[in-house]
Amino acid sequence: MSDHHDHDSGHGVSYKGYAIGFVLSVILTVIPFAVVMHPTLSHTTIIAVIFGFAAVQVLVHLHYFLHMDTSPEQRDMVTSFIFSALLIVFIIGGSIWIMNNLNHNTMIMMGN
Amino acid sequence: MTNEVLTPNAHDVAHGHHDDHHDDHAHHHDAGPMKVYGFWIYILSDLFLFASIFATFAVLHDSYAGGVTGKDIFELPYVAVETAALLLSSITYGFAMIGMYKGNKSQVLTWLVITWLFGFSFIAMEVNEFHHLITEGHGPDKSAFLSAFFTLVGTHGLHVTFGLIWMATMIFQVSSRGIDATIRTRLQCLSLFWHFLDVVWICVFTIVYLNGVL
Amino acid sequence: MFGKLTLDAIPYHEPILIGTFSVAAIMGFCLLAAITYYGKWKYLWTEWLTTVDHKKIGIMYIVVALLMLVRGFADAIMMRTQLMLAHGDHPGFLPPHHYDQIFSAHGVIMILFMAMPLMVGLMNIVVPLQIGARDVAFPFLNSVSFWLFAVGVVLINLSLFVGEFARTGWLAYPPLSEIGYSPDVGVDYWIWSIQIAGIGTLLTGINFFVTIMKLRAPGMTLMKMPAFIWSILCTNILIIAAFPVLTVTIALLTLDRYFGMHFFTNDFGGNQMMYVNLIWVWGHPEVYILVLPAFGIFSEVVSAYSHKKLFGYVSLVWATAVITILSFIVWLHHFFTMGAGGNVNAFFGIATMIISIPTGLKIFNWLFTMYRGRIVFSPSIVWTIGFLVVFTIGGMTGVLLAVPGADFVLHNSLFLIAHFHNVIIGGVVFGYLAGFAYWFPKAFGFTLNEKLGKAAAYCWIIGFFLAFVPLYILGFMGMTRRLNHYDNPDWQPLLIVAFIGAVVIFAGIAFQFLQLFVSFRDRKQNEDVTGDPWNARTLEWSVSSPPPFYNFAVIPTVHSLDAFWEMKKDGTAHQRPAKYNDIHMPRNSGVGVYVGAFSFLFGFALIWHIWWLVAVGVLATIIAVIVRSFDQDTDYYVPAAEVERIENLYYEKLAKHQEKNHD
Repeated sequence: MSDHHDHDSGHGVSYKGYAIGFVLSVILTVIPFAVVMHPTLSHTTIIAVIFGFAAVQVLVHLHYFLHMDTSPEQRDMVTSFIFSALLIVFIIGGSIWIMNNLNHNTMIMMGN
Repeated sequence: MTNEVLTPNAHDVAHGHHDDHHDDHAHHHDAGPMKVYGFWIYILSDLFLFASIFATFAVLHDSYAGGVTGKDIFELPYVAVETAALLLSSITYGFAMIGMYKGNKSQVLTWLVITWLFGFSFIAMEVNEFHHLITEGHGPDKSAFLSAFFTLVGTHGLHVTFGLIWMATMIFQVSSRGIDATIRTRLQCLSLFWHFLDVVWICVFTIVYLNGVL
Repeated sequence: MFGKLTLDAIPYHEPILIGTFSVAAIMGFCLLAAITYYGKWKYLWTEWLTTVDHKKIGIMYIVVALLMLVRGFADAIMMRTQLMLAHGDHPGFLPPHHYDQIFSAHGVIMILFMAMPLMVGLMNIVVPLQIGARDVAFPFLNSVSFWLFAVGVVLINLSLFVGEFARTGWLAYPPLSEIGYSPDVGVDYWIWSIQIAGIGTLLTGINFFVTIMKLRAPGMTLMKMPAFIWSILCTNILIIAAFPVLTVTIALLTLDRYFGMHFFTNDFGGNQMMYVNLIWVWGHPEVYILVLPAFGIFSEVVSAYSHKKLFGYVSLVWATAVITILSFIVWLHHFFTMGAGGNVNAFFGIATMIISIPTGLKIFNWLFTMYRGRIVFSPSIVWTIGFLVVFTIGGMTGVLLAVPGADFVLHNSLFLIAHFHNVIIGGVVFGYLAGFAYWFPKAFGFTLNEKLGKAAAYCWIIGFFLAFVPLYILGFMGMTRRLNHYDNPDWQPLLIVAFIGAVVIFAGIAFQFLQLFVSFRDRKQNEDVTGDPWNARTLEWSVSSPPPFYNFAVIPTVHSLDAFWEMKKDGTAHQRPAKYNDIHMPRNSGVGVYVGAFSFLFGFALIWHIWWLVAVGVLATIIAVIVRSFDQDTDYYVPAAEVERIENLYYEKLAKHQEKNHD
């Protein structure tokens, strides 16, 4: 079978790519762990750091390990991913909003 | 009703005339990428699955029922080691894929086995953590928080376990069959699966463990 | 050894169940005896049970769906009878513990085991043909999906005779569905029949999404796809996004029941409202999963029988896409009264009202398609006109319910019941039945008897009004849902009318079965010789009826919408190709059946707590999948000469038919 498909020759796959992804991921993991295990910053800052770094690390994985980019071969996968991500944000966000609202209005005692 | 047109098995003939199927060339050619695309769509559905469990965790994560909280039971150094194991397994799988594209069977096998060992270590550590919690009296039946914790982390672990079963099968198939088109497609799908699980783990350790001890 | 299962699980003391079982057993026995007598076991196995052919899988889905329609409707008529009788001193003939199972089973069956498979069946038969493909993207997976669905059907029917069913309503809200309040196996039957069938549906969603995205004929861009395909594409997006949520929600309830967890319990921090929230995150997209294909069918039917291009194709596509996205942001309207604040209720109420706009737009598209068309008054058009009237009314009552203030009065009253039956029957059922009549000749090679088809449609339309308009009124009068007895004398006359309506619908169903029988008997006279009995517009009509197993000898190239209509206009339809090629086809496989069988053991064992059998079921399923992965002989080539032979038979039939018509 001829291999003129980009996909077959391994789009975006290289040692360098994995190495960069790995190093970035390590940094983006170590710092959040450190910030939580040695909490010198304010609570809000810590939260921002760990969630922010997590979001960035997800993108690092998507690009360096899952080879997602803006190329035509990846377009279908990227589009469907973005669509799903948006829906998920709404479903999770909406559920949290609704449940907080319900808990507040129906006065369920948290933690009991 | 003409019955003869309905029965393919009557026309089951040996594979002949390979040169003569331009019509199907496009379809046949695209079978691998189409499978990978289809598997990606399955991954997206799995994303919705995890999203629902994350949403549940978000809502129930502070329903301690007077029992233990995250701060009481999570050990971050332990989780850091688990994270390292999974992250390393992602790289080593990447090395296996590079071997696959080079057509180097032994490189594929070596790195698949190493990946498998890292993955297995991750699961072993997680099982150990769960076992420890349960015997200490902090099982999933003790509070909504614990139910959500065990289910979220456990579902991820279950996925990793299925990945390990799949990987073991692939190790066997690569060693006996070499790297043909079907095997390549399967390794590409497993690659998506394995990396996706690491992406989910980023969200797990952030939202459950790091956020949980604050 | 058998867990909780004992002989006591069989309901010896319930005459209705014993009667039903006897009838089912006798019919089943006769069927098995007939198959044996005619020596058809091998044929059944090699041609149907192990098939990966989308056309046959589709037919199997529809056969099961029609059987489940009978059971679901039997539930309905029992409920109507009970309510007609059970006023004041009269307790009726169905005690609460029985009645509760009936309305729960009625909902689950009609939505998940009648409407869904009817839709999936039509999708299976039509989609590959309409996009010019040979089969779906993953034919083997298609077979697995069907058998997983079949397991769900077996389990829910088994609950009639071994154990009982859930008494919680079709969505099994906790805490009633938790182990404390429902310690019996009923909820477990509910859980496993839906979970296992749900996996099948999710796999179908993935399969058809990829099929439409990747296997369209060359030249068929997204904006040249038939409107039905657009509606199916959006439906499958909804399936892929929504069904995982259902899987999780039911799994969490399962964890509560089996492992004593506390997601939705009354104590230890559980939150029942989260279940309601999550189940409707699935539940609302689910109703759009049901109705969008019906809308797609109406697009096809209306343009085919009006012999006119669909009006406003582009706006219709956009409307479908908008509905798809909006369907994810309205789910709270199913529980306005659960206690959320004004802001939350207002947001979801407004979003719900907005979703009626693109829907209304589509109604106008269909009306304008019919306007100045040369309409053939077929049964499918009767269903369509019925839909246009009935569904519009249902939609309007929906907009009323979308106002949170109004919903506070009407939630869980019979007004709600009337509303959703209004849109489901008027929209979903009428649509699927219109599609069934429209595409039946393509699947079987002969048309259905038109007179009986129209009789059925009229009975359904009239029966619907008689059965449900009283329920709207009763809702306003304060009657709530799921009552098996009442004291208010003003309600009884309306419930009697509703019962009569159910009887009229029963006549409609009877006409449909009679139609099948009569049409089969008259199939030679009604033969669809050309494959294009309606002089229609899309590609599925360009091949014989039924199509050859490979669908197209040569994959067509498409240049526009209504590809087949354009081919007929150009004179390029039904042309013998210059040359035939070998065709690559997938082999049939029994693995789907085995996976189904093992899943059944798994589900049954979980219901009855037979733990060793659970392990066996899981292991066997995993092993079956792994064994399949070692199978390298999963496809074959049909020689070009064979393709030519089959095609020539068709061309000869066409030629003879044309001669006859010119004489």
